[in-house]
Amino acid sequence: MLARSSLRAARSARSISSPTVTSDAQRNASSQSSSESAAAWKSNGLLASSTLLAVGSVSWYYYQFGRPTQAMTPAEEGLHAPVHPWEHTKLYKTFDHSALRRGFQVYREVCSACHSLQRLPYRKFVGSFMTVDEAKALAEESEYDTDPNDEGEVEKRPGKLSDYMLAPYKNDEAARAANNGALPPDLSLITKARHGGCDYIFALLTGYPEEPPAGAVVQSGLNFNPYFPGTGIGMARALYDGLVEYEDGTSATTSQMAKDVVEFLNWAAEPEMDDRKRMGWKVMAVTSVLFGLSVWVKRYKWSNVKTRRLAYQPPPPNAQKQPGSVFRR
Amino acid sequence: MAGVLGGIYNSIVKRNAVFLTTIFAGAFATNIIFNIGADSVWDQINKGRQWKDIKQRYMGDQEEEDE
Ligand code: HEC
Repeated sequence: MLARSSLRAARSARSISSPTVTSDAQRNASSQSSSESAAAWKSNGLLASSTLLAVGSVSWYYYQFGRPTQAMTPAEEGLHAPVHPWEHTKLYKTFDHSALRRGFQVYREVCSACHSLQRLPYRKFVGSFMTVDEAKALAEESEYDTDPNDEGEVEKRPGKLSDYMLAPYKNDEAARAANNGALPPDLSLITKARHGGCDYIFALLTGYPEEPPAGAVVQSGLNFNPYFPGTGIGMARALYDGLVEYEDGTSATTSQMAKDVVEFLNWAAEPEMDDRKRMGWKVMAVTSVLFGLSVWVKRYKWSNVKTRRLAYQPPPPNAQKQPGSVFRR
Repeated sequence: MAGVLGGIYNSIVKRNAVFLTTIFAGAFATNIIFNIGADSVWDQINKGRQWKDIKQRYMGDQEEEDE
C-alpha cells in the first residue's frame, strides 16, 4: 500500500514538471499578463484578509472571554495566612483539652465582649473542659427569660446547663452600633466559615502591625490587618501579652492566647472531632483486615485458573480430518 | 490437626443452632475486645490531651463521677 501510493506520488510529481505543462503556463503568462496578475492580487488579498479576519476574531474572542479574570486586587484578597503545624488537626490527635479550657477562658474574658457563641449550650462544656459544677455555675451567671406564667408575664431565671450561650448584644443592629457599623460575626462556626480556618484566624489575631505600613490607606474607624481581605478591619487588635491569667500557669503571650482561642473555636465548630477520628481509625483498622482477607480469598479462588497449564498437541501430520473439520483422535 | 478440626466440627459446626450461636457470640466478643484494644491505643497516643486525663485537676475533692 505504502509502496503503491509513493509510486503514484512520484508519477504525479513527474507530470507537474512535464515539459508540456510548463510551456503552457509560460505561454499563458506572457499573453495574459495583466489579468493574471490581477487574479493573483485578488487571491492574495483574499488569503490575507481571511487570515486577518481569523486572527482578529480569535483574538477578540480571547480578549472577551479568554483572559484570566481577577475579581480582586491582592490587597482586596488579603495576605494568605502562613500554615502552622497544628497538633489537633493531625489525623490521630484529639484536641488538647487543657488548651480548650484556656481558649475558652480567652474567649470569655476577651472576645465575648463583642462576639457571640450562640450555637453552644453550656452542657457541651461538661466533659470537654469543665466539670458539671463549673458549667452550672457559669450558666447561672446569665439570665434567661422564663416561659410566660399564668398572667402572661415573662420573668427572669438563672441559666441552666441546657441553655445556649447569650450574645453580648441584644441584636445585630445594637452590635453594629457599638462597633462603628461593623458586625462582629458569631464565632460558633468561624473556623469552618473562613478560608484557611485555624491558620487564618491565628494570623488575623496576631497579624496586627504596630502601625500600618507607609502608603497603606486605612479608613478612619478601621484597623490595618494584612490578613483581612481589604486590609481594613473593624476589629481592633484584641490580644496583648499578659491579658489573661491562665490558671494552669501557662504564660499568656499573644501567640499562646491566639493559639488557645483558635483551638477552642475549632472545637466549637467541630465538637465531634475527637470521636470522629477515634471512629475513623477503628474503621481503617477493620477495613484493612477485611481488605487483606478479600485479597487472600481472591487468590484462593483464582489459584485454579492461574496455575493451570494448557498443552497443545498438534495432530499427527497425516491424520484424516473428520467431517465438520474438527480433528479427533 | 484432623482431630482438632473434627472436634470443632462435632462440637460447633454440626448443629446449626450451636454454630449460629457461636458466630453471634464471637461477633460480640470480637467487637468488645477490638474496641477496648483500639481505645487503649488511642488513649495512649493522646495521653494527656483528653478531658479524662486532666479532669482530676479540676474535680477537686468532690467525689462525684459525673457525665
Ligand atoms: C471590641 C470588640 C471585639 C473584640 C473584643 C473582638 N472582636 Fe473580633 N471582630 C469585631 C468586629 C467589629 C469584627 C468585624 C470586623 C469587620 O467585619 O470589619 C470582628 C471580626 C472578627 C472575625 C472575623 C474576621 C473575618 O474574616 O470576617 C474573627 C474571626 C474575630 N473577630 C475573632 C475574634 C477573636 C478570636 C476575639 C478574641 C480574642 C475577638 N475577635 C475579639 C470586634 C471584636
